[in-house]
Amino acid sequence: MSIDIEGVSKTFGGFAALSDVSLKVPSGELVALLGPSGSGKTSLLRIIAGLETPDSGRILFNGVEATKRQVQERQVGFVFQHYALFRHMTVFENIAFGLTVKPRKERPGKKEIRDKVLTLLKLIQLEQLADRYPAQLSGGQRQRVALARALAVEPQVLLLDEPFGALDAKVRVELRRWLRRLHDEIHVTSVFVTHDQEEALEVADRIVVMNQGRIEQQGTPSEVYDRPATPFVFDFLGNVNLFQGRAHKGTVQMGGVSLSSPEHASANDAPAVGYVRSHDIAIERESTDPGSMQAQVRYLLSVGPLVRVDLTLPEGDRTIEVDLPREEADRLQLTIGEKVYARARKMRVFVDDYQI
Amino acid sequence: MHVTRNHKNSGTVSEPAWVRYLLLTVALAFLALFLLMPLAAVFAQALEKGWQAYVEALKEPDTLSAIRLTLITAAVCVPANLFFGIVASWAIAKFSFPGKSFLITLIDLPFSVSPVVSGLIYVLIFGLQGWLGPWLQAHDIKIIFAVPGIILATVFVTFPFIARELIPLMESQGREEEEAALTLGASGLQTFFRVTFPNIKWGILYGVILCNARAMGEFGAVSVVSGHVRGSTNTIPLQVEILYNEYSYAAAFAVASILALLALVTLAVKTVAEWKMHQTVPVADKER
Amino acid sequence: MSWPSGKNNVLPGFTPALGYTVFYLSLIVLIPLSALFFKTATLTWEQFVAAVSAPRVLASYRVTFGSSLAAALVNAFFGVLVAWVLVRYRFPGKKLIDALVDLPFALPTAVAGITLASIYSPNGWLGRYLEPHGIKVAFTPLGIAIAMVFIGLPFVVRTVQPVLEELDQEIEEAASCLGANRWQIFSRVIFPTMLPAILTGFALSFARAVGEYGSVIFIAGNMPMVSEITPLLIITKLEQYDYAGATAIATVMLVVSFLLLLCINVLQKWSRRFAE
Repeated sequence: MSIDIEGVSKTFGGFAALSDVSLKVPSGELVALLGPSGSGKTSLLRIIAGLETPDSGRILFNGVEATKRQVQERQVGFVFQHYALFRHMTVFENIAFGLTVKPRKERPGKKEIRDKVLTLLKLIQLEQLADRYPAQLSGGQRQRVALARALAVEPQVLLLDEPFGALDAKVRVELRRWLRRLHDEIHVTSVFVTHDQEEALEVADRIVVMNQGRIEQQGTPSEVYDRPATPFVFDFLGNVNLFQGRAHKGTVQMGGVSLSSPEHASANDAPAVGYVRSHDIAIERESTDPGSMQAQVRYLLSVGPLVRVDLTLPEGDRTIEVDLPREEADRLQLTIGEKVYARARKMRVFVDDYQI
Repeated sequence: MHVTRNHKNSGTVSEPAWVRYLLLTVALAFLALFLLMPLAAVFAQALEKGWQAYVEALKEPDTLSAIRLTLITAAVCVPANLFFGIVASWAIAKFSFPGKSFLITLIDLPFSVSPVVSGLIYVLIFGLQGWLGPWLQAHDIKIIFAVPGIILATVFVTFPFIARELIPLMESQGREEEEAALTLGASGLQTFFRVTFPNIKWGILYGVILCNARAMGEFGAVSVVSGHVRGSTNTIPLQVEILYNEYSYAAAFAVASILALLALVTLAVKTVAEWKMHQTVPVADKER
Repeated sequence: MSWPSGKNNVLPGFTPALGYTVFYLSLIVLIPLSALFFKTATLTWEQFVAAVSAPRVLASYRVTFGSSLAAALVNAFFGVLVAWVLVRYRFPGKKLIDALVDLPFALPTAVAGITLASIYSPNGWLGRYLEPHGIKVAFTPLGIAIAMVFIGLPFVVRTVQPVLEELDQEIEEAASCLGANRWQIFSRVIFPTMLPAILTGFALSFARAVGEYGSVIFIAGNMPMVSEITPLLIITKLEQYDYAGATAIATVMLVVSFLLLLCINVLQKWSRRFAE
């Protein structure tokens, strides 16, 4: 089922949680709503579920208006941040709940419910824990039970609010891969909220980056990561270095070097900011390019497969961060205090009217 | 007797042993004097004249009718306040609206009103010289110095018990489970009975048992509105007073011992309910 | 993110639930209580002042508030002690004693009243030992205070106990590492944390004692000017069909209760000011 969100706004006592948000979620896709806390992503998810009513705007399911539809009638599966498992029911009863509250005419028989729950238990690999209570489960297990419970009613849409937020790092990685595989199997239209860019990049078909109640950018993970539309997106996804400079008629002057920047042809000596990801900077002993900047190695730190190099630029005593792959670092054999050249392989320049 | 520090207080940070023993002795002596001795005295005096006399005193027709009236009163008050308590705590704990804390204060109000004043206000409304007095007399309806007055005054004094127990409990449980039930297609009533109710049932029991104890034991307010008609408008506590004032002490204490037993049962059920309630804090909260 | 307000919350039943709450509250509590003020308003100011400041009434205030204050002070001290012992020490029968602390809540006041009266009467369990030493308890203000200690006891214990339980052991250990001795830790670290709860419990205990009737009248002796409490005076006036007089005194009592309730609310807010 496809979801269309048209011009949705929502305020909570003076705080604009969502301002005029429009979004299309095509049928069968797994979409991530990514943003910092307070960006409105959870509110948007709750509005899709019908747990919150928008002040204005419409929600369409399969092109049919659903804004006024009650939450019970929307056929959404919602996985809550803290799972919201019914603490007085066993795992089995939790998963069966949605089936047992159906009106008598639509309610499946006891045997059918049992088979269905057992199938789901197998899917989440918790067959042997059917009689446990939520309090006796680990966080990751609760998360899977919550998911199975949501899936039991065969929802048209699956909505997940920070599904991995309360889990520790290792379980989180395992579960998100599992979710991705699950989605590849069942292909239900899914929207999940996260503030973790890595999670969004790894799991989602499409990422919607939100900030202050608005959508900053949407697209595939690589589109969003490689071609950030705004400084905010650039800053939010990945580690970034900023270079201050000025743009004038298609040329940008920055840190003593000038770069051509055809998209700013109309700029007239405007302040500009260049964004460079820390792994998009090359360190060289010789200047190979007019864009290379002289710098001094200030600090070296190994972080897993990467080596982080802090460089001091001569003007303004500024520090930039560079992430080198380990082999590259081993080849260079940098020492602290050494003079080197830094070259931005990829830089995105934003002229000042869009500051963060 | 061996006094140890609580397990939390292991390590060097505690008082010297003699201080611990001294504090414990003084505290226990105080409790023995003020709690245990009165409790023991009730039963000792009730059985002073033997088991036979005790049973006789309870079989007295006036006493039996007092027991009946007390049961009727509790049977009306407790369900009325239970229904109110559940409805009020649903509105207050699961929703937010302006004036909420003021509303909670108003619900607590009867606790801070003297029982005598609680009775008096109903006399002022329904009594002969009250607002509705002449009209009630014209229609031959008796409220004051009759059973309805006793029930009204008791409803007033027991009004907050269940609500004030359920409001914080339901607030601490949040709304996520109810929301989850709704997304799974449950109707409002299904959500309440299958999700909310099981989570608050021990809280309900706790409130009900305290409400019941007060309803059966209320003295001041009921005393003002009852008119003390033997055999018809006397509740158990009023019967105790009458017997005591007539110097039939053993009978007075025999009747009082029923109420003391009720108090002990109340404390036992309350302790169990409290223990059970602690087990129903939200799963997510335990983790944090 | 702010909490959604009542009207845009998807849980059902808000309007009927709030409507019934307000309706039942008005019917049972607010309208009857307002009757008291309307009745009082039919008196002239002079009548009102005369009714509430007659010598016998003033004496009853002295007895009621004086005994209540004494009882609340005793409870503040012993309540803290009992709470301390229950939270900090382990001893046999602790669970039972913890449960018994609530006895005064559960035991009907009339039962407490006749029992205390009989214990402290000249030939009662305690009275027979006190009387020869010239200590008269029954039928004196001292007896009134004792009954008030009984009914007010749980308040201080139950407000202080949770505060003590939540008190982080690390705080005491930190103070200890900084060189404080046990008494300094108690007086400078633990006591200030408990103080708001102690004051709240004290106020609750005092408020309960001021309005108390059932447990007091049997032991009080009820001698006008000496051991007659204000709630009893209200009943006496009622029995003499002096509705106006009873109402006027009841209004004073009610206003005092409201003021105490206000104090307690402020105290409770204050005691939560450090809460995380």
